[in-house]
Amino acid sequence: MSSFQNIGRMLLPIAVLAAGLALWELVVRINDIPPYVLPSPYVVLQTLVADWPVLSESLGVTLLTTLEGFIAAAIGGIALALLFNQSKWLEHSLFPYAVILQVTPVIAIAPLLLIYLPQQTAVIVCAWIVGFFPVLSNTTLGLNSVDRNLAGLFQLYGASRLQTLRYLKLPAALPYILGGLRIAGGLSLIGAVVAEIAAGTAGAGSGLAFRIAESGYRLNIPRMFAALLLLSVAGIVIYALLALVSHLVLRRWHESALGKEN
Amino acid sequence: MAEPALSKTDFGAAGLAVRLRAVTKIYDNGVTALGPLDLEVAKGEFVSLLGPSGCGKSTALRLIAGLAAPSAGTVEVSHRASKADGRHPIGFVFQEPTLMPWASVRENVRLPLKLAHATTAEADRRIDDALAQVGLAEFAGAYPRELSGGMKMRVSLARALVTDPDILLLDEPFAALDEITRFRLNNDLLDLWRTLNKTVIFVTHSVFESVYLSQRVIVMTARPGRLAREFRITAPEPRGEEFRTSAEYAAHCREVSAALAPSYFGQRGA
Repeated sequence: MSSFQNIGRMLLPIAVLAAGLALWELVVRINDIPPYVLPSPYVVLQTLVADWPVLSESLGVTLLTTLEGFIAAAIGGIALALLFNQSKWLEHSLFPYAVILQVTPVIAIAPLLLIYLPQQTAVIVCAWIVGFFPVLSNTTLGLNSVDRNLAGLFQLYGASRLQTLRYLKLPAALPYILGGLRIAGGLSLIGAVVAEIAAGTAGAGSGLAFRIAESGYRLNIPRMFAALLLLSVAGIVIYALLALVSHLVLRRWHESALGKEN
Repeated sequence: MAEPALSKTDFGAAGLAVRLRAVTKIYDNGVTALGPLDLEVAKGEFVSLLGPSGCGKSTALRLIAGLAAPSAGTVEVSHRASKADGRHPIGFVFQEPTLMPWASVRENVRLPLKLAHATTAEADRRIDDALAQVGLAEFAGAYPRELSGGMKMRVSLARALVTDPDILLLDEPFAALDEITRFRLNNDLLDLWRTLNKTVIFVTHSVFESVYLSQRVIVMTARPGRLAREFRITAPEPRGEEFRTSAEYAAHCREVSAALAPSYFGQRGA
C-alpha cells in the first residue's frame, strides 16, 4: 500500500469532521439559534475551557470508576474462565448465569444496585457487570482453541496442569483475552455512565454523566455537549490505549498484528 | 485423555525398542481404526509404516508415544534408566510443524527441557546442539512465522532431538513440503539417524520415501490397519542420490507398490 493512500485514509475522516462542524456552526449562526436550544461548536469549546475545573474533576471521577470496573472485569473474567477451564462442572453450573447477567440490560439493574449498595460501589459493580462478560467468553474461547497436536506434545513430555496452563493455554488464549479486554474497556465506561445517570442528581456523585444530567435540569446545554465530548474522547482514548497494548504484545507473532505484505 | 499404557519391562536384552502385541484401537464411535497389529522394532532400526490415508498408521504412532491407550493388546517401549537432565525416551514429529507461534525457535526447542525442569545451562547446551544438528543455528532468534515450511519442520525435528530420545516417531513429517525440500530433509534425516544411532519409526503414504529411507517397510491394509506385508530394503549405506536413481531402488518401489495396491482397491470397493 502506498503512503499516499495511507495519508488519504487518515485525512478523510478529519475532513468529514471539519465539514460537519462547519455546517453545524453555519446553521446555528444563520438561524440565530440560542445556545440553550443548540449551542454552536465554538460555544461548546468555550464552555469546555471555561468549565474545565468542574468538568476535569468529573472526568477524573468517571475515569477512576471506569478503571476500577475494568480491572474488576478483567480479573473476574479471566479468573472465572480459568476456573471453568479446569472444571467442566463449574462451567456448566455457572455459565448460564453469566449469560443472564450479560443479557439483562444494565440500565435496568442499576437502580436496584443503588438501593442495596453504597453509590460508589454500585457504580463500579455496573461497570464490572457489562465489562466482564466479553472477557469471560473470549478467554474461554481462547483457552479452548489450543492446537491439538501441541496439547499432545505437552502430554508426551509429561507437563503438569500448571505448566500446560502457563506455557500453552494462556499464551494461546492471549490474542482472545486482549480482544475481550478491548471490548471491556469501552463497555466499562458505558457501565459507569449508566450507573451515574441512574443515580441521578439524588446521588452524591460528580462524574461526567452526573454533570450531563445536572446540566440538563439547569438547561445548561453547552455544558451537556462539552461533557458529552469529553466522554467520547475518553472512550476513544481507552480503546486506542488497549489496541496499542494488544499490538505491542502480539506484534512478533500474531496475524492480527502483522502487516498485510507478510 | 487416557494414561499411557507403557509397560515398564526392560526388554533391552532382546535388543527391542518397541513391541506391539495384538494391539487394537477402537474409537469411541465404534470404528475400529487399527489392528490387531503385531510389530517389533529393533534398537537402532529405521522402520516405515506405509499405508493409505486412514489406515491407522498415525494411530499406531500415537499408541507407541503413549498419547492414546490401546483398546486391546499391549504396547511396550524400552525405557532408559535415567530421565535426568531433561532426557526423554521418545521424540515425536507431527505432520504439521506444531510450533508455538508466540515463541522463538530457541524457546520452541527448549520446551521439552523446560517441562522437565532441566537447568538453564544444560538446556542451553542441548538446544545449541539440536539446532546445529538440523542446521538452524543462525535462526535461533527467529519466530516460526518468519521461517519457510522446510525450516519449520527442522525446528520441529530439533525439538524432538533435544531430549536425546532413543526412539524418534515421525508422523508424515514431510508430506506438506515440496519435492526438493523433502529430498533434502530425507537426506538430513538419514544422516542424523546414522550419526545419532536412534530407533526411527516413520509413518508415510509415499512408497518412494519409505523405500529410500528405511531398512524395513511395513505395508498396512486399509482400515482397520493390519500388517499386509513387510519388506527388507537391504541397500548399502550410506544412501544418497545414487540410490534414488538406481535400478535396485526402482525394483523395490515396484514391489512395495504392488503390495500396497490391494489396500487401495479394498478401499475403493468398500
